[in-house]
Amino acid sequence: MTTAEVLRYTQETGDFSRMLNDIPYAGFIGLQCERFGDDLIFRLPRKDSNIGNPILPAIHGGVIGGFMELSAAIYLMMSQEVLRMPRIVDFSLDYLRAGLDRETYAECRLTRQGNRVANVMITAWQKSRNEPIATARAHFLLED
Amino acid sequence: MTDTLRLERVRRFINTLQQSRALGLTVEDADENHLILCLPYSDHIIGNPETGVIHGGAITTMMDTASGSVMICALPEFELCPTLDLRVDYMRAAEPHKPVYARAEAYRVTSNIIFTRCEAYQEEGKPVAQCVGTFMRIGKEATPKSYRDLITGGEA
Repeated sequence: MTTAEVLRYTQETGDFSRMLNDIPYAGFIGLQCERFGDDLIFRLPRKDSNIGNPILPAIHGGVIGGFMELSAAIYLMMSQEVLRMPRIVDFSLDYLRAGLDRETYAECRLTRQGNRVANVMITAWQKSRNEPIATARAHFLLED
Repeated sequence: MTDTLRLERVRRFINTLQQSRALGLTVEDADENHLILCLPYSDHIIGNPETGVIHGGAITTMMDTASGSVMICALPEFELCPTLDLRVDYMRAAEPHKPVYARAEAYRVTSNIIFTRCEAYQEEGKPVAQCVGTFMRIGKEATPKSYRDLITGGEA
């Protein structure tokens, strides 16, 4: 399957397994995605190798960043009618609470989509959506 | 503190982080305000299977680790400093099958906040990504003594 075919399959079925299988980094951190109506919820199940603070213990801040960044890229691909590969330009990340050694969730919002650049907001939480562990903002360049 | 001691402390610290071990991060160089880490290329961190380019997340994690460890070099005693924020600019895709290096600097240390900058590169003068960060000082007492001793080897 080409990337365009995988995207179409994922958009039609809501089954992310093929798309995620094609991205080794998604498997490395264990990223999952589920669709509820039009909404996408990204999930990062707890994983020993994602730990970056052995004392609390807590997830490595970089893994939380990578999870949010990849979530935003997948979200953008899914929101396009035709395949346009998002290339990240910059990423600004605020850590609000320690990301404890448990399942983490993320959702994305397209703040602005221009012809070539998209601005995406990402929120990550664990126990409650009202208590985010991190928020981020990213710019992507969309390539035809 | 000598540079050898700094290097050993950072090496011990990074080896206690499971994610850093999973990425295979190594410490290349350390001095009073600088630290260089190396991220080896590996298939499991690829973000784009068509090109073999590694995912930005792995580079972000290396830069966060380098920026979050450079205070070990800058401070006389070991203390864990949580990340407040990171701003990452991706300048070019990292070339596949080659390691990526991160050079971090603590350019301002106050009693509450440490300001860092970090550059990721494969060849000098051709940055792959750049990152500025702020880290909060929560005091050495926030870290258990047994862990501090593990990092410092019981010295200082």
